[in-house]
Amino acid sequence: MTARAAPKAKRDWSLRSRAVRALLYQVIALGLIVAAVWFLAHNTMENMRVRGIQSGFDFLAQPAGFDIGEMPVAYDALDPYWKAFGIGVLNTLRVAIIGIVLTTVIGTLVGIGRFSPNALVRGLCYGYVELFRNVPILLQLLMWYLLLTEWLPDPGEPLSAFGLFFLSKGGFTFPVPVWGEAQAYAGIGILLGIALAWGWSRWVKVRFDRTGHRLPVALPALLLVIGGAVLGWLAGGAPNAWNVPVAGDVSVDGGSALTPEFLSVLFGLVFYTASFVAEVVRAGIQSVPRGQVEAANAIGLSRGQQMRLVVLPQALRVIIPPITNQYLNLTKNSSLAVAIGYPDVVSISNTAINQTGRAVECIAIIMLVYLTTSLATSAIMNWYNQRAAIKER
Amino acid sequence: MTHATAKTLITGALAAASMALVALPAQAGKTIDAIKARGQLVCGVNTGLAGFSVADSQGNWSGLDVDVCKAIAASLLGDANKIKYVPLNAQQRFTALQSGEVDILSRNTTWTLTRDASLGMHFTGVTYYDGQGFMVPAKGKIKSAKQLKGATVCVQSGTTTEKNLTDYSRANALAIKPVVFEKVEAATGAYFAGRCQAYTTDASGLASVRNKEAKVPADHLILPELISKEPLGPAVRRGDDEFFAIAKWVVFALVEAEEYGITQANVDQQKTSTDPVVQRILGTTEDTGKLLGLDKDWAYRAIKATGNYGEIFERNVGPKSALGLPRGVNNLWNKGGIMYAPPVR
Amino acid sequence: MDSFQPIPPRPSPVRTEGAVPWIRRNLFGDPVSAVVTLLLFGAFAWWLPGFVDWAALQAVFAPDADRCQAARGIGACWGVITEKHRLIIFGRYPFDEQWRPQIATIVLVSLLVASCVRLFWKPWLALLWVVVLALFFALMHGGVAGLSVVTTDRWGGLPLTIMLATLSIVLAFPLSVMVALGRRSKMPAIRTICVIYVELIRGVPLISVLFMASFMFPLFMPPGTSIDVLLRVLVGITLFAAAYMAEIVRGGLQAIPKGQQEAADTLGLGYWQTQRKIILPQALSLVVPGIMNNFISIFKDTSLVTIVSLYELTGAMGLALNSDANWRPFKIEAYLFIAGVYFIFCFAMSRYSLWVEKQLSASKNR
Repeated sequence: MTARAAPKAKRDWSLRSRAVRALLYQVIALGLIVAAVWFLAHNTMENMRVRGIQSGFDFLAQPAGFDIGEMPVAYDALDPYWKAFGIGVLNTLRVAIIGIVLTTVIGTLVGIGRFSPNALVRGLCYGYVELFRNVPILLQLLMWYLLLTEWLPDPGEPLSAFGLFFLSKGGFTFPVPVWGEAQAYAGIGILLGIALAWGWSRWVKVRFDRTGHRLPVALPALLLVIGGAVLGWLAGGAPNAWNVPVAGDVSVDGGSALTPEFLSVLFGLVFYTASFVAEVVRAGIQSVPRGQVEAANAIGLSRGQQMRLVVLPQALRVIIPPITNQYLNLTKNSSLAVAIGYPDVVSISNTAINQTGRAVECIAIIMLVYLTTSLATSAIMNWYNQRAAIKER
Repeated sequence: MTHATAKTLITGALAAASMALVALPAQAGKTIDAIKARGQLVCGVNTGLAGFSVADSQGNWSGLDVDVCKAIAASLLGDANKIKYVPLNAQQRFTALQSGEVDILSRNTTWTLTRDASLGMHFTGVTYYDGQGFMVPAKGKIKSAKQLKGATVCVQSGTTTEKNLTDYSRANALAIKPVVFEKVEAATGAYFAGRCQAYTTDASGLASVRNKEAKVPADHLILPELISKEPLGPAVRRGDDEFFAIAKWVVFALVEAEEYGITQANVDQQKTSTDPVVQRILGTTEDTGKLLGLDKDWAYRAIKATGNYGEIFERNVGPKSALGLPRGVNNLWNKGGIMYAPPVR
Repeated sequence: MDSFQPIPPRPSPVRTEGAVPWIRRNLFGDPVSAVVTLLLFGAFAWWLPGFVDWAALQAVFAPDADRCQAARGIGACWGVITEKHRLIIFGRYPFDEQWRPQIATIVLVSLLVASCVRLFWKPWLALLWVVVLALFFALMHGGVAGLSVVTTDRWGGLPLTIMLATLSIVLAFPLSVMVALGRRSKMPAIRTICVIYVELIRGVPLISVLFMASFMFPLFMPPGTSIDVLLRVLVGITLFAAAYMAEIVRGGLQAIPKGQQEAADTLGLGYWQTQRKIILPQALSLVVPGIMNNFISIFKDTSLVTIVSLYELTGAMGLALNSDANWRPFKIEAYLFIAGVYFIFCFAMSRYSLWVEKQLSASKNR
């Protein structure tokens, strides 16, 4: 018997074929979505035309016309709207980055504290987590702001240390160097120092692999970074101009200040998110098999060494995805600063909406800012996740 | 998935899609028709500004802006109580008017070019000429706005206040640091807690806040400088000229009534007056209402419901009221102020 | 043979149970622990009496503003709660009709508690839900049985918080199951749509979703229609909750072994039959703790609607105190009260969630 050629597959175009049905559902779904979007867009255009509302992003180039209370970089009321939005983004990032660092530190400590041999410490950590987790973040922000504005001294009679640092309702004021060329060079020097420090830590590792001798890493790295800053400063001419705060009649003038708004947003976000991070760290530590701890005990590591060298590195695998979530939550929760007067991007966008009437465009900008920040944070944490993943043989 | 089920699904989906495509936006109905059909005027007011629009614990609204709405409702619907008050904060007010949530925005809103031209609204007139000022603690060292160098000032976002503050600060090189709050309660709360050296808003708002929220009103000083012009008035949506005309002319009628001595108490008696101007206002001789789409008693009803402009002012914000504001520039044009109504004829 | 020489008695075994051994082990286990215990004890002993004095002993419970002012700094003024608690709990609801939200809240909370107890997990629970929700809205809104109509902008306080949280979770649940299934579907268009929806909503803060709902929703509707503010906010929160729940449900779906799907295919079950009878029951029972967590966080997030001027618990408190100069200095006590209310609700829910987890894992650890 000769084998026959396989019959040609007939394309079945009836509804019995799964492929055809799948195609049909997708076409219908897409069609519905497109129709819905068209409906909404058409209504919006119609509404805006009837009401005479302008649209478009051209307002971004016009002068903003409003001052902003906290400006990390120089800003004037005549600068365009996009610069005002930029200041808002910088303020958000300022609170988010510092918040993430502090949250990680406090959250890890509290999470480790849940396993302390001391019952009081365990109880305190548990109490902290339950207390701060179960109260809404907005309420916590409002309470921090109330506490700071009630209990800090009047701006006319601030607490001062060394005549240079002042604490008042205007915030914590401290002297800053006047920003000039030298400071820019110092910044470049710091970056160079960081790169050199990283190179040094790699070289130390290579040398350790080769000879077994471990050279110190932390101190030389610190010296390299500081050295870079000093060299840059010298290269710029070693200026010595400082912006020193002076206690004036009604307030403290000059210097730079950590305002009560910034501090209450920071503290509120940090203590709230740290309670979630503590739970995440606790879950991570619990996920490490008990055999690891017992083995570490058997080879004589102290409790601190166990935690640092054995448990935490393995717990990182389990900790990193949920902690990424918490970092994103912290960044998004910083938008609540609008309720207590901190000029983050949502607050500035509100002002822009009220002055220009372009609600759709401004809200689109806010969403874009937060989406970008979320994606960037997720990307960085994913990269770290890949690196921390244990390469099993 | 059977053949039959799939077919039903597809038919259903196509029907839904076609309905979505066919549901084009309806013709924008005329505001007056909507109000008459509803039997109620929907008035956008402040969430609580003493003297302008504030509700007591029973939910009864009072204030200058509220009285304007009452007069318009009395003219249009015959009953000053056929009103639904929608409290709006500074951020929502324009979108509420634009979207049709309210018919008229009577919410101490400043008449500016941007708002008139680009937000899709029309201002019907000015009911209160105001200016922006500052409030500071009385026992501080600041007695004039020029002394606010480097001061922190609490301000609410979403108002012309922010921009005026910036302009004043630049013009006088004061480097004022604004602390901007979303809600007015947060702004006043921060000022009374001592976070800021000053609080800024319209002078009438300052009087209202001082009277209502300060523990001891005399502990706070309203600085003499007015740093901007803030003509406050009601606004309606663009595109409806009939309602715009009615809203405009009701307020003018109230001002004219004061000019010609018609009060809430004597309006019935004035119907028999022989003064031709009074006769025209109250509709005894001419029917001006017909031209507006109302009947001839439109102004009579308005004045009967709320009194003339002077009475409204005295009752809500005048020297004998809780706010204690002087008539000042809001007096009639022939009594030293600038309230001038075109003649109702 | 020498006489019997008894060996000295061995020391009795050290007690390891009991209070003293526990204290020794847990508080004074090693020198560092002992020092920490002493420090913490010292700190407590220094701080606690002062706090108890302020909060309870010297506190003013009567609604008397002058006595409170006199006791400022010495005793807490719980009188502010006695005076303003109705305004804080019920918001701007008309004073005389406040029995209505009271009953409505009690009924709704009882339903929620009943739904948590195993005893009530019967088919008629769904019907009960519909009846209770209808009763809730009838009571709050009025217009039936001779009750006066109270428009939604007057609703506030605790009833609003509970209603928003419950309703948004109940409505978001079916949507999230659909989106989770869609995200795992083999059809690229549907998968993309679901991915875009989830990532878009999860990437932005709730406050911008609420702003969008309150500012832009009216623009999306045909000119002339006006949507209730409460409805807009509800839609915003529901969409937000659905995106997060979709991820949780997807996690549950991923945990089902592939063998279940293959067995269902072998039996000839279609896609929807498989999902309904095999996959979803297993997946959803896995994710109940996650959904409870989501419910807790949505409950807390309802406090954000105060920014779009719906006066739920936090906003009602601001409303009650900001306009009253006599009571405004006592904001901190009011904040503590509201924090306490939230804490009680959320802590109870998180304890329940732990119990549910234990129940479900008990069936797995045979």
